[in-house]
Amino acid sequence: MALIELSNVTYTYPAAKFPALQNLNLQVNEGELVALVGANGAGKSTLCYTLAGFVPHFYRGELKGTVAVAGVDTHTTPLSELVLTVGLVFQNPFSQISGSKFTVYEEIAFGLENIGLPREEMKARVEKAMTLTGIVDLAGRSPYALSGGQQQRVALASILAMAPKVLVLDEPTSQLDPIGTREVFQVIKTLSQQGVTIIMAEHKIEWIATFADRVVALAGGEIILQGKPEEVLASPLLPEHGIGISRYTSVARLAAQESLWPAGRRLPVTLTEALDGFANT
Amino acid sequence: MKIEIENLRYTYPGGVEAVRGISLQIESGEQVAIVGQNGAGKTTLLRHFNGLLQPTQGEVRIGDWNTGQYSVARLATRVGCVFQNPDDQLFCRTVREEVSFGPNNLSYETGRKETLVNEAMALTELTGKEETNPYDLSPAWRKMVALASILAMDTPIVLLDEPTTGQDAANVARIAHIVRALHARGKTVIAISHDIDFCAENFDRIIAMGQGRILLDGKPGDVLSQEETLATTYVDPPQLTRLGRRLNFPETVYTEDLFLEVYRRLGKSVV
Repeated sequence: MALIELSNVTYTYPAAKFPALQNLNLQVNEGELVALVGANGAGKSTLCYTLAGFVPHFYRGELKGTVAVAGVDTHTTPLSELVLTVGLVFQNPFSQISGSKFTVYEEIAFGLENIGLPREEMKARVEKAMTLTGIVDLAGRSPYALSGGQQQRVALASILAMAPKVLVLDEPTSQLDPIGTREVFQVIKTLSQQGVTIIMAEHKIEWIATFADRVVALAGGEIILQGKPEEVLASPLLPEHGIGISRYTSVARLAAQESLWPAGRRLPVTLTEALDGFANT
Repeated sequence: MKIEIENLRYTYPGGVEAVRGISLQIESGEQVAIVGQNGAGKTTLLRHFNGLLQPTQGEVRIGDWNTGQYSVARLATRVGCVFQNPDDQLFCRTVREEVSFGPNNLSYETGRKETLVNEAMALTELTGKEETNPYDLSPAWRKMVALASILAMDTPIVLLDEPTTGQDAANVARIAHIVRALHARGKTVIAISHDIDFCAENFDRIIAMGQGRILLDGKPGDVLSQEETLATTYVDPPQLTRLGRRLNFPETVYTEDLFLEVYRRLGKSVV
């Protein structure tokens, strides 16, 4: 049975004229790693908020349909309970960092304090989360005296410390350099292998292609396509809806127009696929 | 307007030496992208261009002004800076007020002010959103408001800190168009970015920084061919550069046009 189930979900922000999500149906199985792609305003962040219960509990507005996460109806369950099951890492770490803590260590412990964990357990979890995200050396620094990339890792660590069953990530690597990105994706992969269910909005196509089990493409608050990464990410529907594609895909599409790409071969998404195709034209 | 940096060193109050001896000249009208790992000193360097930071050692000159002798407000007439996080710079109630704020403070005459504001809004495709509160826009569009508010100041030098972060394909294309438009007007554009594909395709000079120093500085083709040096500052070459190299292309390619040109010429004989 699906761990997450959205049925006929339509959501409109307060005072908005149009819904941000429209008649959306989505099932995610336990342990699955699902990537969300879409143009700005397609509904990726809103879907993330909805999965974590921030819609409607924090953002208010009108939510129709049902959202069930691990058997719990998010509409009728308060956020204080939902956070035990679902962790949300915001796109902008500034939105997430509590502002009430003087050190990174305390910041990561913030959520754990609020659920009243024993001190020893808290320490163990904070240290594990810092190790996983590679920020052990930042423990004593102020969360506000860090670079964007470092803050993004602190935000991730503070959610990982909560050990959620479902992890929702809204562009978790947007401010990271390629190595930072690789490290965060490796953390995500490790968690996924440990059985954590992960839903992640992300623009970095090459990484999605390598790591995701499934890709869901959104446009105008609706799902326009979903399936295996290599199929979805090479689809001509993506650029039509303003969704970024990899340079491998775009250059192969141009090449195909001049018969410089093997006829009938699916367009490449990754370097390996591009290499195979261009070496065999 | 020329930028000259001589033996610049900067140490933060906490003792971290973020820039460790940089000398650099940027000519009027150049389009320069600065790349390098988190913590390489890119943002610290950028903040010296508009006087937000003053050198611990060395000198920064913007045209004939030594930044040490001019206030941030005066320097803002020569250097406009779009921050990485738009929320660091937006505070007005409407998009139009926000975009007008800079030109209002530069005491341009009314006609010129209006033209500049309208042009900036048209270029960022914010026309029609004039009366919207910037905080009712998505973060991606708030970033376009931040960009418009700097464009409207009509400074000879424009700094962009991570302009493509969180932007979709359409907005990245808009930003690339804006860089070209600024180039056509003779403006100097200096961007910091981890988006190496964007840098390679839209800038004519790339500077790679690592550990507070300049590691590489030159035309995209020359810089991007130095894979080993780039790796020391965690920069992966653009996707097409990597593909071209694996296909044994004799030259460094970094745009679709360049890739196809070489592939057409050599075909799979290169493999």
